[in-house]
Amino acid sequence: MQQRSSPQETSAAATLDSPLVTLEGAGLSRNGRWLVRGIDLTVGRGEIVTLIGPNGSGKSTTAKIALGLHRPDEGRAFRRNGLKVGYVPQKLAIDWTLPLTVRRFMTLTKRLPARTVDAAMERVGASGLADFDLRTLSGGEFQRTLLARAIALQPDFLVLDEPVQGVDVAGEAAIYRLIEDIRETLGCGILLISHDLHMVMAAADTVICLNGHVCCRGAPEAVARDPAYHALFADRRGPAVAPYKHKEGGSTGSTHAR
Amino acid sequence: MLDDFFTRAVVAGLGVAVVAGPLGCFIVWRRLAYFGDTLSHAALLGIALALLLDLSIFFAVFAVCVLVSVALLGLRRQQTLSSDALLGLLAHGALAIGLVALSFLTFLRVDLMGFLFGDILAVSANDIAVIYAGGAFVAVLLAVLWRPLFAATVDRDMAAAEGMKPEALDFALMVMLATVIAIAMKIVGALLITALLLIPATAARQLSRGPETMALMAAVLGALSVIAGLQVSLALDTPAGPSIVMAAVGFFLFSMLPITKFLRQQRKG
Repeated sequence: MQQRSSPQETSAAATLDSPLVTLEGAGLSRNGRWLVRGIDLTVGRGEIVTLIGPNGSGKSTTAKIALGLHRPDEGRAFRRNGLKVGYVPQKLAIDWTLPLTVRRFMTLTKRLPARTVDAAMERVGASGLADFDLRTLSGGEFQRTLLARAIALQPDFLVLDEPVQGVDVAGEAAIYRLIEDIRETLGCGILLISHDLHMVMAAADTVICLNGHVCCRGAPEAVARDPAYHALFADRRGPAVAPYKHKEGGSTGSTHAR
Repeated sequence: MLDDFFTRAVVAGLGVAVVAGPLGCFIVWRRLAYFGDTLSHAALLGIALALLLDLSIFFAVFAVCVLVSVALLGLRRQQTLSSDALLGLLAHGALAIGLVALSFLTFLRVDLMGFLFGDILAVSANDIAVIYAGGAFVAVLLAVLWRPLFAATVDRDMAAAEGMKPEALDFALMVMLATVIAIAMKIVGALLITALLLIPATAARQLSRGPETMALMAAVLGALSVIAGLQVSLALDTPAGPSIVMAAVGFFLFSMLPITKFLRQQRKG
């Protein structure tokens, strides 16, 4: 990781309510092609920012710039000094040759007391899984384990790349509730990647709609009404264009979480 | 105690096997088998250099291995040739250059077979000192870096995002690998070093549910292979290096038997 301590970063640490992570006009090019360009984004403490967009729209790339895994070729990326980061990547390829139980996976990047691990597993409703081999878990169990690990690490900034992959619809709602719960109790800033606006509606504070660049942004309801958002998904089989039923009232959040 | 050639062979073999096992786990997990092979082939070039310039074989092999792995990491980043083609190129290129260089050293009467297949029965007390110094270095480094090295093996980006340094860890792994190859040269020779790294680790996989257990089991199985192989070699007058590798293959086959699966499940309960 390129932990850069630029002067800007140091000054950012001074005030408590300054953003944890800031991207200013960030762009990344590979082999002469811009993967993403002109991304502005901030994530503050206790805030959930959601990136949505079709496949290949640069959601994961943007998240990796925010994490410092890629140095932007254009624009700037800051992270607050000494930021504790938790990262749930889009997929984990656990080879058969790698013997790895859930309990060992929980302490992958940091030694943690068994109590912390157990508490985190219980929190996500997966307390019985600790001694299972990671490869034997179902999609939902695996995502819960990833979240439990993030909880146990107690990060300031948490990046979740498609946290509902391989999870059935009922499970999806539960996972989004869990993410909100993490935000409440840890007070961390969360950068969430999804291709499904419908489901993230409840949880997100800000939605950024990406397609190589920022198409539109704002509160979830505003984005759902934005023509740019509809244009982006109109000719694709995106789940996000499914008829949206929760039109009653201008309420936020609670009506969507079942 | 070290007066007897057979005792010296056992002591030397154990010193290598105990670090080769745990390090071998990373070779298996990170799919570096061919990479290890490339380095050990290149080791022959190191030997030629050592004889030509009158250097210590250990340091010459170590230096060549580190240089080749740095070259590999650099070339891989260019992404022109595929990894395995690149490895093959370097492996056989270095092997050929090493063999040609050795052929010029007619005045030295080089025992090529000894370098290719090892000459464990001829280890000196001095060799043992080098093996244990190198082995201790690898063991300490591996223990210190274990958690980040394992984390970066499971997921590179996750480890990097959470504060670890995968690039530096890659380099540390190369240095450890180069050290093990340099100390194992005398034991099993250039052509069989990868076997000593890989086979105990793969056999250990069947018997373990966690990475730490697997590393420990690999060390134990490697040590047992050395003892069993040398006994066989003594009893049947077979070449020592290949006999050790054969014993390791024996343990691997044993680990594949259904009984070990049963044992593993017992321990789970």
